Amino acid sequence: MHGRTIPWRVETRTKASTVFAVIAALIVIAGLVAPIYLPRATLQDLFFILTMLVLAQSWNLLAGYAGLVSVGQQAFVGLGAYAMFAGVVLLKLDPLLAMLLGGVAAALLAIPAGFFAFRLQGAYFAIGTWVVAEIVRLVVAQWKTLGGGTGTSLPGTATRAMFGTDLVQRLLGVRPAQAVDVICYWLALLLAVATIFTVYRLLRSRHGLALASVRDNQEAARAIGVDARRLRAMVYLTSAFLTGLVGALIYVQKARISPDAAFSVIDWTAYVIFIVVIGGIGTIEGPIVGVLIFFGLQKLLADFGSIYLLALGLIGIVIMLFAPQGLWGLFASRTGIQLLPVRRLLRGGSLET
Amino acid sequence: MPILELDHVAKRFGALKVTDDVTFSVAPGEALGIIGPNGAGKSTLFNLITGNLRVDAGRVSFDGADVTRMPPMARCHAGVGRTFQIPQPFEKLTVFENLVVAASMGSRKAESEVTDPCAEILVKTGLIDRANMLAGGLGLLQRKRLELARALATDPKLLLLDEIAGGLTEAECQSLVETVRSIHDTGVTIVWIEHVLHALNAVVQRLLVLNFGKVIGIGKPEEIMASSAVREIYLGIEV
Repeated sequence: MHGRTIPWRVETRTKASTVFAVIAALIVIAGLVAPIYLPRATLQDLFFILTMLVLAQSWNLLAGYAGLVSVGQQAFVGLGAYAMFAGVVLLKLDPLLAMLLGGVAAALLAIPAGFFAFRLQGAYFAIGTWVVAEIVRLVVAQWKTLGGGTGTSLPGTATRAMFGTDLVQRLLGVRPAQAVDVICYWLALLLAVATIFTVYRLLRSRHGLALASVRDNQEAARAIGVDARRLRAMVYLTSAFLTGLVGALIYVQKARISPDAAFSVIDWTAYVIFIVVIGGIGTIEGPIVGVLIFFGLQKLLADFGSIYLLALGLIGIVIMLFAPQGLWGLFASRTGIQLLPVRRLLRGGSLET
Repeated sequence: MPILELDHVAKRFGALKVTDDVTFSVAPGEALGIIGPNGAGKSTLFNLITGNLRVDAGRVSFDGADVTRMPPMARCHAGVGRTFQIPQPFEKLTVFENLVVAASMGSRKAESEVTDPCAEILVKTGLIDRANMLAGGLGLLQRKRLELARALATDPKLLLLDEIAGGLTEAECQSLVETVRSIHDTGVTIVWIEHVLHALNAVVQRLLVLNFGKVIGIGKPEEIMASSAVREIYLGIEV
């Protein structure tokens, strides 16, 4: 029998994760001051990458951790965006405030949508979420004051008067339209960091372990006191809120909306699934890798029209066949490196004598 | 007052009466063994006690409260812990994490509070050297031990053990009996389904015999083993 002189403790951090935390902090700082030294076009590219990253992290949380494979995320993007438009156009709210309205609207939609979709399992759940998105699109297209089926634009006066634009104009010496882009970019950066932080915190909590237990074995999870349904509902609501928020942000920047664009299954779900799957589902690092690859491919192949979509599909299939855990998953299993570790290792006690 | 009480409990699967008017009770701190041929409805009885199955008729009481309509997770919170006949580990979590999730969700404690209890359970069940291994990589003996360890981590008042000694070697079985006995000694009430009779008889004070969903005998092990009805039905010996 070993003496119990060394107390038990749990270790989560790894050397790689400590280094990564420092690098990540530097990247975020560099990102914050980027509007000073980067041209507007690059900022717009970064805005695209960051907003797609938020969508990818949200979908990964749903599908990769809670096992809820949704193909209806466009419902929350579209409703979030339309709620923001309604806030600005009808309620004369500041676009910043209206964005929050977008997130809240998406979370509210998630309550009845979840009530309906949670009765379905697996592939039926996926189809159910798509049906919900189509219904919301059809309903929104009837909203005549917001342009009905053809859509509408944000009044330029509203976005230019958005909170902070004055300050950014004077600070950076840029024109109003450019100031709006800078603010949108900062918000996207903030949202991306907040999303990754939220997901990581969830996974590091006991609820993260509980999610993993439900994914591995639902019956056993219930027997040890895990409320699987409540956990999934919590994840579904969180994901809907984040997706609605980023949907609203995307459309503040676009300033032009139509039901077909805002509820596009290709733009807001298919691309997002592609990002998560090639990067690595069920990891936080995966979507980050995936979004960079997706952006690179888009830049490379955008001129080839429909060949572009064929190429994306082909790449997706090849990666699913040869690296089902995605590129990050492949890398992590080969090297053992985890940048955002969630594994709890028991140390101390008799393990160290 | 009994800690567990079943009152005229019945369950059918179609025309088959898997649990037929079962009534018995278990006193706090007692160890009760359940025996019976395959298909007698032993595991079904556990599922009715834990809430994984709903009773068709009758009443299940635990610790003075009627839990007949309570879902499994609430019964776990109330103090019912169980193992599964076929081990159901969370394969992509480590052995230690399997216990941490059970301890923090089952007894609703903060994660930081359960490190010591979980480590101690791992020592007690002989799994400490495998604490940081993925549960999916364990062999049968370790899987069975993990079932027991995980159930213990939920800090149960009543522990339901479903054939945890089956398929083990004599030496493995012996050490398992020691573990179960030491758990029982801490005051946990135990109900244990087992075919390995000598393992069972080393721990329990009473035996219950189930056949075709009916209780056909309950009492001291030596009385039960001597009863001709039990010998005929369960052991297949013509008397």
